[in-house]
Amino acid sequence: MIRVQAEDFDVGRELEKLSQGNHGIGGVCTFVGLVRDMVEDGAGDNSGDKAIQAMTLEHYPEMTEKALIEIEAEAQARWPLEATLIIHRFGRLEPGARIVMVATASAHREAAIEACHFLIDWLKTKAPFWKLEETPDGGQWVDAHAGDDAATERWVKDKPGAAE
Amino acid sequence: MKLLYFAWFREKAGVAQEQASPPDSVTTVALLVDWLKSRGNGYAEAFADASVIRVAVNQEYVSMDYPVAPGDEVAFFPPMTGG
Repeated sequence: MIRVQAEDFDVGRELEKLSQGNHGIGGVCTFVGLVRDMVEDGAGDNSGDKAIQAMTLEHYPEMTEKALIEIEAEAQARWPLEATLIIHRFGRLEPGARIVMVATASAHREAAIEACHFLIDWLKTKAPFWKLEETPDGGQWVDAHAGDDAATERWVKDKPGAAE
Repeated sequence: MKLLYFAWFREKAGVAQEQASPPDSVTTVALLVDWLKSRGNGYAEAFADASVIRVAVNQEYVSMDYPVAPGDEVAFFPPMTGG
């Protein structure tokens, strides 16, 4: 299941719903992404860290849902999953706020853990969201990281037999 | 043709969406980008760096050589940063 919404969500309740009534599920893996209060300048030390007051997530509504459905279907095709959930928020979020939740349920832990990792990696580069950070110097758009592309690429290379 | 702009493409182009009627010779995304650049001002700036142009035609992520036609919805945006 996928959901794109402005509102917050309750992780515990979502997890309960995900596995409710399916006793074939032996494990659930979850990732929750949060807004941080600092942003690094990429130098690798803390010298250029900047405080952020908030982050605004913009998205392409007509495309977002399609993209998330495709990403979810890809995970389901690769791993034996009993249930999956992707919730992605948009709008203005303050530090500490939940941005995204991914949960995967399977009979065994390997599929759940790998599929969860795969989903969050692919969301980074394949879901049409853009983040605007509010800093003391004004708004700045978050750049895509080369590391994110590499993380996406890893699953492309690993595709055959990823679930074995 | 409906054109959409997101994130800093929207800010630089100065518009979130618009209707456009490019000439018949504009048959691909790349040619559409050239045509938009020729409008100057914010467009030239928005499309200055080809390496950061991402595009979707009718809500599907596509490459620059993808065909475009009247009636299509074409969206321009920087690399996505979801999650």
